[in-house]
Amino acid sequence: MTGVGVVAPNGVGTENYWAATLAGRTGIAPVTRFDAAYGLHFAGEVSDFDAASWVPGRLRAQTDRWTHFSFAAADLALRDAQVDLAQVDEYEMSVYSASSAAGAEFGQIELTNLWSGSPRDVSAYQSIAWFYAATTGQLSIRHGMRGPCGVVVSEQAGGIDVMACARRALGAGTRLALVGGTEAPMSPFGVVCLMAENRMSTITDPRMAFLPFDPEAGGAVPGEGGAFMVVESVESATHRGVHAYATVAGYAATFDPRPDRDRLPVRSGLRRAIELALEDAGCNPHDIDLVFADAAGLPRLDRLEAEALNQVFGKRAVAVTAPKTMTGRLFAGGAALDVATAALALRDQVVPPTVGLRRRSEDYPISLVAEAEHRPLRTVLVLARGHGGFNSALVLSGAHR
Amino acid sequence: MYENRAVVTGIGVVSPGATGTKAFWELLADGRTATRRISLFEVTEEYRSRIAAEASFDPLAEGLTAEQAGIWDRAKQMAVIAGREALWDSGLAVQPPPSERVGVSLGSAVGSTMRLEENFQRLSSNGAKWMVDMAHEPALYGYMVPSSMAAELAWECSAEGPVSMVSNGCTSGLDAIGEGARLIWEGVADVVVAGATDAPISPITVASFDAIRATSPDNDDPEHASRPFSADRNGFVLGEGAAVFVLENLDRARTRGAGCYGEISGFACRSNAFHMTGLRPDGREMAEAIRAALAQARVAPEDIDYVNAHGSGTKQNDRHETMAFKRSLGAHAYSVPVSSIKSMIGHSLGAIGALEIAACLLAMCNQTVPPTANLRVPDPECDLDYVPVTAREWPIDSVLSVGSGFGGFQTAMVLSNTR
Amino acid sequence: MSALTVDELKEILRERAGEDEHTGLAGDISDAEFADLGYDSLAMFEVSSEIKKRYRVALPDDVIGELPTPRGLIDYVNQRLAR
Repeated sequence: MTGVGVVAPNGVGTENYWAATLAGRTGIAPVTRFDAAYGLHFAGEVSDFDAASWVPGRLRAQTDRWTHFSFAAADLALRDAQVDLAQVDEYEMSVYSASSAAGAEFGQIELTNLWSGSPRDVSAYQSIAWFYAATTGQLSIRHGMRGPCGVVVSEQAGGIDVMACARRALGAGTRLALVGGTEAPMSPFGVVCLMAENRMSTITDPRMAFLPFDPEAGGAVPGEGGAFMVVESVESATHRGVHAYATVAGYAATFDPRPDRDRLPVRSGLRRAIELALEDAGCNPHDIDLVFADAAGLPRLDRLEAEALNQVFGKRAVAVTAPKTMTGRLFAGGAALDVATAALALRDQVVPPTVGLRRRSEDYPISLVAEAEHRPLRTVLVLARGHGGFNSALVLSGAHR
Repeated sequence: MYENRAVVTGIGVVSPGATGTKAFWELLADGRTATRRISLFEVTEEYRSRIAAEASFDPLAEGLTAEQAGIWDRAKQMAVIAGREALWDSGLAVQPPPSERVGVSLGSAVGSTMRLEENFQRLSSNGAKWMVDMAHEPALYGYMVPSSMAAELAWECSAEGPVSMVSNGCTSGLDAIGEGARLIWEGVADVVVAGATDAPISPITVASFDAIRATSPDNDDPEHASRPFSADRNGFVLGEGAAVFVLENLDRARTRGAGCYGEISGFACRSNAFHMTGLRPDGREMAEAIRAALAQARVAPEDIDYVNAHGSGTKQNDRHETMAFKRSLGAHAYSVPVSSIKSMIGHSLGAIGALEIAACLLAMCNQTVPPTANLRVPDPECDLDYVPVTAREWPIDSVLSVGSGFGGFQTAMVLSNTR
Repeated sequence: MSALTVDELKEILRERAGEDEHTGLAGDISDAEFADLGYDSLAMFEVSSEIKKRYRVALPDDVIGELPTPRGLIDYVNQRLAR
């Protein structure tokens, strides 16, 4: 991983985000986009994003905010990696993005045009702006990347799954890949869909809104934004003489068996995903210095995650953190942002904090890190669970290894 | 390159004009078209293209419950019905594999767009309210995030290995199958239920293709509207459908004596990085994908017995693709039979690639090439053998199938006979 | 109904298809080709749709392709308005 680009609720731009995260500055705030008439009081909105500075006017007209975020994050990642794309063979470059809600706002606008107007009022850009592949397509065109490209939809797990796609492509002819995901679900119809299964927090007290691993957790807070990474073959990075944040050392994905009537899992495949990822990385549990938790913010899901961690690592035996407590869950952008954060942690040898922790809980015997701290970090595990039963685990090993 | 090989041991299809693989093959072999006037919604004169290829399945007759038929988006319904047929066809239930070794790879371009639109209408009072009403429909989240369809299919086949949804626009079908094959090649899974589904015949999608004049406006003659490679072609006909396959590790399939339809021997993707909808006439990126897929399959161009084209029936696609075949197959492009089944079942976006792979496997089974229907006026720019109108008996051991989609996706897949 | 002017066409382009900050629509674009200004077929469908709305003049698909410049398009529309 040679480049990282972040657009997050608590910082647009990688270093802005990282500084805010280490300082414990949250981007979760009362919803401003529209009246919180849907019971959602808080969200991680990206309030200082100027799309015009990242996306030329003509492209802005034909893309959703979700794609604008991706353009920004991808640009930042490419600059960070100091890539001169003209020096890389067009067929050896790939783009992989995670999608979840896709062009929710653009889609709602066009649905409104159709249903309050007529079919002839639907934009010529609807066919290219709303669908799940729009961002990958636009990034591929913008940067002239003609190798294999793709889109994975596995909700919050997507950002890790696309890292695996990129790793696979790197082993098969791709030299450099732009990988990641962003999300922009904050249009009215988007939010109504988000609220549908009672997994989002409707709590009005800001201190209680998003409390993963707390017995009073009442759901997650959604957010927008995400991250893109530049991932290259070792040979390519060496040849270019660039420093790497981390190596993608291991990956695994599993799926939970059918959930119960409340759509909550009865058994979790998360433990197996962790074990398989460690095996893929050639690691033992004690090699892992830090875990970025999925942190769903719902008691049953939190319990299953804590159990999985304890079964693999032992009770309170590994440091766990959830900086998403400062951004909310970003779905297609979520795991990507966690991966970006893990890369930054490895670069600077600093553990980013989990905010809002109230007290050590016996219900969840895991060691959550409440304040940023310097620590030797060689290998980090990032976890993500997509709604419906998707479990993904990624092992990153730092240059300091 | 890989030690493991992936074969197809089960097929399930829900297609325009045919439910089930047997009826599907009969339609293709007969050269019948399933393109008609749209009946799934009231299509007024305000729509430019008022025709489509609709699947006419009865969810209850196909084993879904009334609740499932009422809540599930049409695309999910078709995926599960096709999935069940594939599972039954494969005989896996007799000796089910361990769940952790079963994966799912499902493709879809537009997910649950029909239910999203229906709910939008209801909650926004037909577009009148920007601040839509709160819904008490738990399924609404699953409509917005289509991985819920992959989850349903995973529950259906008790898959606890890697499960994902591939959404690469119109190449989703081929790409989902390719990703499924990869899981087997890499030894991550022994069985992968892979395929694709799309149900886009709804106002917003029809209107969005109207807006870019991509679909055929031959509303007075729907049965002949899809005319790939024809000089008078004027756009694609929107379709819907699903095809699902049981992909299996070859050794495992042989050990349990499973019947094999064929092997996924090559798969490659490239991107044209040119325009979201436009295609340059030179077809170079598709040609690259074809070359790479052939190389993986270790099949020379001259050994390809049948090419299943993307053949959407737009002016630009068919020309682009013809060039891609010439670039990649050389002189052999002029002698290999090429056909587009979109001429018969329309273009079901993310699903069509999977339906086309089903057609290819069945073609190999029956040693017969399905035709390109409606091809009566040859186009000098499209001067290959497109098997006009009538299916042709033909020895088939290797098939090349290609796909192309909005966003610049170009995919090629090679299937090989295992007999 | 008043005639379609270049300025109005610029406004339509900006509104429906966006305008890039640096290249943009500044100056006299009458004889520039839409494609060179960065407006592809999708953009022209959007423009055509807006013109239909504002002026009730339809631009058939085959005609759009034959009007590659603002001058050509404006003349076509104004000829039809004059009838």
